[in-house]
Amino acid sequence: MSAIGLNDILLLSGLLFIIGIYGFLTRRNLITMLMSIELILNSVNLNFVAFNKYLHPNNLDGLFFTLFIITIAAAEAAVAIAIIINLYRQTKSVDVNDGNSMHY
Amino acid sequence: MAAFLLNGLVFRPYYKALAGPIGVLAMLGSFFFATYTAWMYFGAGAALPAHFSTLTPIKMDWLNFGHGLSIQLGVQLDPLSVLMLVVVTFISLLVNIYSLGYMQDEPRKATYFSFLGLFTFSMLGLVMAPNILQLYIFWELVGVSSFLLISFYYEKRSASAAAKKAFIVTRFADLGLLIGVLILSNISHTLDFTTMIERLNDPHFSTAAIGSFMGLSIVTWGLALVFIGGVGKSAMFPLHIWLPDAMEGPTPVSALIHAATMVVAGVFLLARLFPLFGPLAPHLLTGIGYIGVGTSFIAAIIACTQTDIKRVLAYSTISQIGFMIFAIGVARPGAEESLGYTASLFHLFTHALFKAMLFLCAGSIIHYVHSNELSAMGGLRKKMPITHLSFLIGCLAIAGVPPLSGFFSKEEILLAAFNGNKIIYWLGLITAGLTSFYMFRLYFSIFWNKEFMAVSHQDHGPSTILEKGNGHNGKENEGIEHHTEGTATMKLPLVILAVFTLVVGFIPFGNLFAADNGHLESSFHLLFSIAPVALSLLGIGIAIGLYKNQNGKSDRIAQQLNVLYQAAKNKFYIDELYLFVTKKIIFNLIGRPAAWFDKTIIDGAMNGMGNITSLVSSKIKGLQSGQVQDYSLYFYLGMSGLAFLLMYLWI
Repeated sequence: MSAIGLNDILLLSGLLFIIGIYGFLTRRNLITMLMSIELILNSVNLNFVAFNKYLHPNNLDGLFFTLFIITIAAAEAAVAIAIIINLYRQTKSVDVNDGNSMHY
Repeated sequence: MAAFLLNGLVFRPYYKALAGPIGVLAMLGSFFFATYTAWMYFGAGAALPAHFSTLTPIKMDWLNFGHGLSIQLGVQLDPLSVLMLVVVTFISLLVNIYSLGYMQDEPRKATYFSFLGLFTFSMLGLVMAPNILQLYIFWELVGVSSFLLISFYYEKRSASAAAKKAFIVTRFADLGLLIGVLILSNISHTLDFTTMIERLNDPHFSTAAIGSFMGLSIVTWGLALVFIGGVGKSAMFPLHIWLPDAMEGPTPVSALIHAATMVVAGVFLLARLFPLFGPLAPHLLTGIGYIGVGTSFIAAIIACTQTDIKRVLAYSTISQIGFMIFAIGVARPGAEESLGYTASLFHLFTHALFKAMLFLCAGSIIHYVHSNELSAMGGLRKKMPITHLSFLIGCLAIAGVPPLSGFFSKEEILLAAFNGNKIIYWLGLITAGLTSFYMFRLYFSIFWNKEFMAVSHQDHGPSTILEKGNGHNGKENEGIEHHTEGTATMKLPLVILAVFTLVVGFIPFGNLFAADNGHLESSFHLLFSIAPVALSLLGIGIAIGLYKNQNGKSDRIAQQLNVLYQAAKNKFYIDELYLFVTKKIIFNLIGRPAAWFDKTIIDGAMNGMGNITSLVSSKIKGLQSGQVQDYSLYFYLGMSGLAFLLMYLWI
């Protein structure tokens, strides 16, 4: 079994990204959609780490980016959950289709 | 001291609350300072008899547009402006005093006096302007205040219409003036009168900088346009139509503006720029002379037929200003030929005095009779002795009977015309005869003709109800019993003006005002004077024959000359011509297409844009579904589309 190459990791992260987008676009539950966003973010993290490891092993830029993204993802999750809770108080559901009070 | 004069007048219009007396006091102060200025000026000049210098006591930057380009405001004194200073303040003072009596019962007296103050201020600014732009500014200010004063009785439809007419007609002319000013200052690169005259007369400069357009040099065009401004303000043919209508204003205003001061602004302008007109555009001057004398002649004929006392005076004003204009027109630079210039200013001076007096007399008469129509008057000589006497003096003066002031000035003008241009001379001579005829027609119609009491019972056609509103012919008799000639404040200016009219002709005018600021010996040729005086006396004689007693002679003559009489009575249909041009030609041929263009093209384009926007938005508003996932789908599709595009472009 050969060593794991850059392509394999990119393939994995690409799969993760597609799954995230698919989940984000198809699931109607807001919590699930939030989880899909986390998937997308993690696929990006994976990309950063992989590129850093294989292309510029002497630098740490990719790692720093990853750390930042994790921090921001945490903050974003907090905000998103606050929004979801507020929406739930309004509509008594976490279904995204019920949050359409601003449509034309 | 001139600064004080100016300042006092700048603040004057603000004294709105305190009306007449303040106005009179301020005017008295101004007059005092003006006289003092004149005294000092000519006193100093007498010490150096060769030359009157041009002083510029005040000069400050008003607008500074950076290097080399700034507009200055200031005060310039030379014989011309000092003369105008004295005339303007003197007439204003007397008119203010007169108005105290005349406007006694007017509720909006304060407004009236502040308008008067504004007018006087602008007029003074105009005559003292050291540069052509300041002149233009005050020129417009004069126009505005005249507009305000004409429309003083703005409830009356005719008054507001007359004010609009005056404003619009002079506005057209002012456009010419503005363009002329711009051309002149562009050529000479200066706004200052003195510098401009120096530069443009410098042959080296003029050949270098002046091109030509349609066969005439640019300077000539500029001067011609400036003259058009003067034509408008001075009511010369064909822009004279506003002046008779302007008589809708209060009579003292007519005296101040439309007789003595504002209408001579055009003459003043010509005189101010005479050093340019003379050497650079002699042909233009000849044209000016013809326009002047033509206007003078036409206006005199019209004046013979009008029946409204103020309109007769208005046309006589036009005629007299025509005299001044053609006097300048026949003048040429040089010692002998510049006689016309001096004569013009002299006539301006004397005319201001006696015409203001005539107008003030007319004011008294109207006040007394409550009508403008000549037919409502007659036999007033015993009722209003002072007015009668002053009016007689005024008539004699304007007719040019020696030894009154009008005689001297008119003789000088005719002499100048005789030396300069024979056609102008003969027309001027005839006009002088006509002048005496129509003035004495007026005089006899008012003061002799028939017994006054009989008038109000006779039906002489609809007599104009005067602005006062209480002039009801039937009730007049009772009113007149305890109705006197007017208050002391109304009589005083008449007396003062009459005295001045009597003596002022003996001022050695030529010593003070000449085109080159030097001296000019004015000589009167006794033999030369015979013709005009004889014609004047003839005119008076005819007027006596026709109008002294009530008889039908004048009507019969009018019938014999039917066509001519009707034409003249209708002012030669010039008003109608204007109406035709504006209504039929301008409105239809220019106004309609412009309105159509505005409505369909411009408005259409604007409306079209709005319609298209709302149409598009109503089509695509379904996209705003409110579904977050729809939006994000669009977002992803867009992003991936962009990504593919970038890859395609870069790789």
